[in-house]
Amino acid sequence: MRMYVQPKLLLWLGRVNDMVKRIGLNGDEAVALAVKQANVDVIAAYPITPQTIIVERLSEYVNNGELDAEFVPVESEHSALSTVVGAALTGARVFTATASQGLALMYEILWIASSLRLPIVMALANRAFSAPINIHCSHDDAMAARDAGWIELFSESVQEVYDLTLQAFMMVEDENIMLPAIVNLDGFILSHSLADLYVFDDQEVTNLLRKDRPLYKLPIDFKKPATYGPLGLYDYYMEIKKQQAVAMRNAYKYIKEVFQKYSEVSGREYSPVKTYEVEDAEIVVIALGSMAGNLRTIAKSLRKRGKKVGVISLTLYRPFPEDIILKTLKDINVVVVMDRFPNFGAPGGPLFEDISATLYHLKKRPMLLNVIYGLGGRETSPKEIENIFERALKISKEGVMEEKEIWVGVRE
Amino acid sequence: MNNVKLIKTIRDIPGDQYEQLAPGHRLCAGCGVSAMVRLVLKAVPDPKVVINATGCLEVATTIYPYSSWKIPWVHNAFENAAATGSGIEAAFKALHRKFGKKMPHVIVFGGDGGTFDIGLQSLSGALERGHDFIYICYDNEAYMNTGIQRSGATPRGAATTTSPAGKVIPGKMERKKSLIEIAVAHGIEYAATASLAYPVDLFNKIRKADAVKGPAVIHYLAVCPTGWRSDPALTVEIARLAVLTRMWPLYEVENGKYKINVFIKNPRPIEDYLKLQGRFRHLLKPENKWLLEKLKQDVESFWNYLVSKTKE
Amino acid sequence: MSKLKGWREVAIGGTILNVPTSLEYETGSWRALKPILNQEKCVKCLLCWVYCPEPAIHRHEDNSVEIDYKFCKGCGICENVCPTKAITMVREGE
Repeated sequence: MRMYVQPKLLLWLGRVNDMVKRIGLNGDEAVALAVKQANVDVIAAYPITPQTIIVERLSEYVNNGELDAEFVPVESEHSALSTVVGAALTGARVFTATASQGLALMYEILWIASSLRLPIVMALANRAFSAPINIHCSHDDAMAARDAGWIELFSESVQEVYDLTLQAFMMVEDENIMLPAIVNLDGFILSHSLADLYVFDDQEVTNLLRKDRPLYKLPIDFKKPATYGPLGLYDYYMEIKKQQAVAMRNAYKYIKEVFQKYSEVSGREYSPVKTYEVEDAEIVVIALGSMAGNLRTIAKSLRKRGKKVGVISLTLYRPFPEDIILKTLKDINVVVVMDRFPNFGAPGGPLFEDISATLYHLKKRPMLLNVIYGLGGRETSPKEIENIFERALKISKEGVMEEKEIWVGVRE
Repeated sequence: MNNVKLIKTIRDIPGDQYEQLAPGHRLCAGCGVSAMVRLVLKAVPDPKVVINATGCLEVATTIYPYSSWKIPWVHNAFENAAATGSGIEAAFKALHRKFGKKMPHVIVFGGDGGTFDIGLQSLSGALERGHDFIYICYDNEAYMNTGIQRSGATPRGAATTTSPAGKVIPGKMERKKSLIEIAVAHGIEYAATASLAYPVDLFNKIRKADAVKGPAVIHYLAVCPTGWRSDPALTVEIARLAVLTRMWPLYEVENGKYKINVFIKNPRPIEDYLKLQGRFRHLLKPENKWLLEKLKQDVESFWNYLVSKTKE
Repeated sequence: MSKLKGWREVAIGGTILNVPTSLEYETGSWRALKPILNQEKCVKCLLCWVYCPEPAIHRHEDNSVEIDYKFCKGCGICENVCPTKAITMVREGE
């Protein structure tokens, strides 16, 4: 179970009073603050709703002398990630941010960045893909990136946005990991909503992250020159890919260590998966991003009425935390997997596919229901959420499922 | 331009100990690109880093695990060499300021494909932002690496695999874009054309480009025996004829001031240049005379434009 | 490079270290024609050295040149640019 550690408790644990600051920011501003405190060297980003505030805030910090970094006002997202790839090769600390169409535009470079194992942190303000053009929240962009070899983190609140951005820097710069990371924050729901959060002092962040450069393991070095990004033909490509795939698997262990360390330093607990009342649950609902908080609120009231319901949300999406999912879900009757992504012809939404594949080899498996919700910023009402839980409980009782995929919140 | 060490003769070109492109690469026999690269790497002092767009030069010199580059070399993707170079330049600026690291010279190589067409946006952004680097476009006038398809740099009338000399449409109908004009429109300090047949001129232009605190663009004609269907042994001769026929004027623009470096008073007939290349063979046929005339008009009008610019 | 590396042995990202490794790939085997240099006719103008695409021509301290047959692809540029016809292309194997 997640814990928020209140300031008073921290005082009791012996922490200094003024190291814990509680302020109000929206998600974009929280990203910008974390990036500033991380003392990045190069920022290259192209504005796109709903990430614009990140870019604006960062250029303010730079122009006011609060952040000593090169702010490169690139002419497109494709150039944004390309610029950041070049910068990361020098061993500098770099950052970029985008959303939706911007991510789609830089897509080819995503694969190059992860293949070169570069320490890059990207904030992704989740927004739907066109057409029609829509500036609000879907997980289209996060899911489009999921196979590109980047670590993917999902934040549920503005506090998590701040914390996960800092943890992303810790992860990408860990010599045992060496993979770029995406920090997802729901467009408008988190990016533009003002919320309270605890933030570190600048000095504490300085102490938390690496102070040295180069941060990259094989930086551009004039005494030891190297050739980056060669042509890898059929005699070598597969070996290079296997090494990358193994690195992603091995990163899981070290990512958990970053979560552990951060939890100790911040007093706020982080782990790959957040579970709520799953131990004796009959049915569990899983979601990514801000929906998780809504699910827990409804689950809490259902529990008060004696219903055995639980909620899971994933903070770490890639590499997928298979072990925890298996352990948590194997004895559940019905699992509802919520996907904020339209399913066009696949056996299920992306999270549904990940869960299915993880649970496949169990002798006795939960029944899985896929719920498509929230596309393009569509609100899912508390009543609709409660109906989802009720439907799952009904399936659990009767042992029968009519449809394996339902769309919630759409007008017929 | 002050304090730039220019050379006078070929003998002044630094010797073998300054050679930073190693043999063993897979560029075609007679390729017009690598000799230029050898000169560029000698003209620019160390430390230097090269960023290369996808294309002949990139592919042929870096087939894993073989690499011909003795200096740090980066390949990202096709259309983003200028953006990648921007990132490396910006990072070294930050590292220099914050951690005292030394700033290297940044050289970006792109073919006509990666510069004129798919890479134009990236180059334009980098020029507008004023990054300190030299951008060298080695122009073999088609997408050679993928099999000789036409590009925005293909001259009018040339036959390529996507503008073949067919019975109805005999070659590329559109005229060639001018990279230097596009670069100059961004207000950069230095832009120039170059040809292998004038190595001292090329070497000095690289030195001048390097001296600029900001972006500089060099447009180099890369003779391609494979794509142009010419005799590999004639690469330098063809590069010279390009200049002598005014097809490839050698000029430079310094802070908006135009200067023609090799003034061709009595141009050689264009046919002398065309007849050595299979890609233009059809233009010499009587039924295509109209297209040849259009090509000649392109050459003449651009030359006149240049001359008038030098008089401004 | 006779034995190919396994996935554990390649450097991260497929980056090539210990450059320039292309020196192990001897392109001299591409030749159909071979340049023969007559040192007596050579005036040390260095044109062949400047224009060689590989480079497969070495420049010595005294500006004399020497052809590197390990890498020469036999393009014939050197013969074409030589002002004194000191270089002649002959069939490989002669």
